[in-house]
Amino acid sequence: MVSIAIFSIYLFSILASLLLGNTASAGSAVLEGVHDALRFAPELAAALCLWSAVTELLERSGIGAALARLLRQPLLRLFPRGAADPGTLAALSENLSANMLGLGNAATPAGIRATRGLARLQARTELNTLVVLNTASVQLLPTTAASLRASLGSAAPFDITPAVWVSSILSLLAGLSLIRLLNRTPS
Amino acid sequence: MRALGQLTVPLLVLAAALGAAVKGVDVFDAMSAGAKKGLLILWGILPSLLVVFPAIRLLRASGLPELLGTTLRPAFTLLGVPEETGLLMLLRPLSGSGALAAAAELMQRHGPDSLIGRTAAVMLGSSETSFYVIAVYFSAAGIRDDGRALPAALCADLVCFLASAWICRVLWG
Repeated sequence: MVSIAIFSIYLFSILASLLLGNTASAGSAVLEGVHDALRFAPELAAALCLWSAVTELLERSGIGAALARLLRQPLLRLFPRGAADPGTLAALSENLSANMLGLGNAATPAGIRATRGLARLQARTELNTLVVLNTASVQLLPTTAASLRASLGSAAPFDITPAVWVSSILSLLAGLSLIRLLNRTPS
Repeated sequence: MRALGQLTVPLLVLAAALGAAVKGVDVFDAMSAGAKKGLLILWGILPSLLVVFPAIRLLRASGLPELLGTTLRPAFTLLGVPEETGLLMLLRPLSGSGALAAAAELMQRHGPDSLIGRTAAVMLGSSETSFYVIAVYFSAAGIRDDGRALPAALCADLVCFLASAWICRVLWG
């Protein structure tokens, strides 16, 4: 679907530039765009590497296990059936704590194990809850967005953090409410 | 206080390193492993940057956004969302690196500390690649969507975009 978006951008841009007489600037824009991306890459790499190094320190210090303990109560409430199964509970808490720390690579395998566990228990609503928890991206620190800002010279890259929390929590509440609402209507 | 603020980054690294050292972690080994992961993340998103940046440059140079802007502006104004974030919102549920590239382009053009730059960062930070998450989780577990997961995830994304625009306007508008 991204391919369709990119294809449409090219098609409509070419047509628009012909219509509006912007063919000269449109013609050179594509190569300039590649150049932009390459120029931007080292800046982005610097921010990503620094932040990943700090995250790795936190991870190896056992922050994930501490977070998992904190998440126990909310998990028991959100996943009453899943949490009754020890393996599924472990996968759920690993998935959520990795998500909150912004460790996407660690979150996915745990999320898949949790999904399999919930599917085996036939806990359909809890499965959808897990999906919404994962798509709403509840993060303690928005590391990727902040790395982007840092690489472009932001004065305080992490000052968006409270705004990200508000937005994530509102979207999470909307998703969870819709699941409960759809659950009541017979399908 | 000002000096402390300016030293946030090194102090943060120091605190994390001290905490890890207390726990008996090999600090240098952990940090270099982390930096390597950072490089791998870049390696993962660079190809998308190389495809999306030229497309956005072309789109801007063509003059189409100004043409569309005048027709679509009322709708965006009504929702309180900056019209510049349209492409970012379209790509967000579909492609993580595509959305990152679109957000990066917005921050680069308008500045990371501008209202549009911040809105783009908050949108990016508070949402996920919904289609990808659902596809990966459900196919790995061998089950099908019961028609609730995708609508709920997309509704959450929509609320996320509106909320991001709203909170940024309140805090920095």
